[in-house]
Amino acid sequence: MRKLKILNQVQNDRFIKNIWIHSILILVSLLSLFPFIWLLSTSLKGAGENIFAYPPTIIPKDFTFANYVGVWHKVDLMRYFINSMIVAGGTVLLNLILSSLAGYPLARMEFKGKKIAFFAILATIMVPFQAIMLPVYLITLKLHLVDSINDTLGFIGLIMPFAVSAFGIFLMRQAFLAIPREMEEAAIIDGCNVFQVFCKVLLPMVKPSLAVLAIFTFIGSWGEFLWPSIVLTKEAMYTLPVGVNNLQGMFSSNWRFIAAGSIISTIPIIIFFLAMQKYFISGENEGAVKG
Amino acid sequence: MFKYYGKTAPYLFLLPAGIVLLIFFFIPFFQTIFLSFQDYSTNIYHANFSGLQNYIEIIHNPIFYKVMWNTLLYLILAVPVLVIFPLFLAVLINQKIKGITLYKILIYLPVIVSIVVAAIAFKWLYAEQGILNYILNVFNIKSIGWLTDPKYAIYSVILVTIWKGIGYYMMIYLAALMSVPKELYEACDIDGAGFFRKHLTVTIPHIMPTIALVTTISSISAMKIFAEIYVMTKGGPLNSTKTIVYYIYEKAFENLDLGYASAMAVILLVIVMVFSLINILCFERNKYQL
Repeated sequence: MRKLKILNQVQNDRFIKNIWIHSILILVSLLSLFPFIWLLSTSLKGAGENIFAYPPTIIPKDFTFANYVGVWHKVDLMRYFINSMIVAGGTVLLNLILSSLAGYPLARMEFKGKKIAFFAILATIMVPFQAIMLPVYLITLKLHLVDSINDTLGFIGLIMPFAVSAFGIFLMRQAFLAIPREMEEAAIIDGCNVFQVFCKVLLPMVKPSLAVLAIFTFIGSWGEFLWPSIVLTKEAMYTLPVGVNNLQGMFSSNWRFIAAGSIISTIPIIIFFLAMQKYFISGENEGAVKG
Repeated sequence: MFKYYGKTAPYLFLLPAGIVLLIFFFIPFFQTIFLSFQDYSTNIYHANFSGLQNYIEIIHNPIFYKVMWNTLLYLILAVPVLVIFPLFLAVLINQKIKGITLYKILIYLPVIVSIVVAAIAFKWLYAEQGILNYILNVFNIKSIGWLTDPKYAIYSVILVTIWKGIGYYMMIYLAALMSVPKELYEACDIDGAGFFRKHLTVTIPHIMPTIALVTTISSISAMKIFAEIYVMTKGGPLNSTKTIVYYIYEKAFENLDLGYASAMAVILLVIVMVFSLINILCFERNKYQL
């Protein structure tokens, strides 16, 4: 009987402690969500409802999808989405290729200048893009990689400054370091040359790292705002962040439309996040995405 | 181990990445330093070597001090919150309770969503007749110009950066917490140590390197703030929210004063490099060992 009492006490304590934890976490979750909820609420309010009403209402009284239809017809959000896909897709593809190519010799080969190459790549981590963006822009202009010449060159100009990163090279180098050397030796004995070893034996073994690199490069590229807002001149080339920012100018104080456009633009990345959530919240890839 | 690759193979593998880094990193890097000694202010098509003139102009410009002050505010307000609060959350979430995955997803959501959308959402919260002013009014406080009053604008902007960073740093802490031995907590429980005692004596000493890492990376990103400012305030009112990167952007792409902008970029470069060096040498050494 007494034992049961103590057990009850322990369970009660835990229950109270858990209530505390849950209430804090619910509060923080709500604060994380609230700006989006308020934006969503505004985007669903019809012309008959004052969006500045005091007291504010979260559930729209004059519920409508008209703002979504309106903004969809006035702004080519689909075009922005496709542009973002091209840029993020190209950036991911190039990062996968260039990082794994460069990571391999740094992990496995001995050659003259290895130290220099290693530290040169390491040095790029220390220099923020923001500090060198002006000459990057001047070079991009010189190479004619801008949308005023043609769209393809414009896309190349959007992608190239982010085509490879030290983060990716080091990630792939770590992955190659973890593979037992016997794998390569066996393949060489079977008559493969070094490029075949790389493509057929090693690359399939570093797939998990390639996936991590792809996902975090995609997120980074998808959200990039500074560079496209510097180089882009044509509205038809806008990526989603640039296009969404531009909504402010187009609809000056029509917050219903601005809100609807912002919400639409967020849907793809939320779907991507939910589908790939284990990569983000498992805790294994901490620090992979740039803050 | 026999050598199975030829003399040229390593270089061929490194070549593609090398070319990209050369064109879009190393050349621009040295060009930034070179341009910072050039004078473009009279004619953007023709520059003269001007020595330290751009730097001298910068240190005589009151806006520079405003910009540095704003950056300092970011460091003393945003960084401590981003170091401490996510740690607290990570400790709470690192337990076997229901709904953990959902909490993680919701708290991480602001990290994933584009900063432009986040800034627009906050701009709407901060509107003159917006919901935040309504809440103030409920408590009998007069409405304030969250983004239009030079007294408050920088704090409103800093709040957005904090809001967007919490989930990111929480995940970094969660990964670190996984490595704290469970037995130590059990020992604490047997000794009857409470929540705060337990974490002060076990958790914090154990993850000190991660705390230091979060401090340096949140400081570095505080110095690279741009999008929030561009979307919400454009550096105004009265330069009260102008950050280093926004200032460089404005000088380079709006005033076309390439020399001045580059000198400012070199200043940013030096500050960020100091923090990055600390980071690489002290906290991420094992990741970057040859």
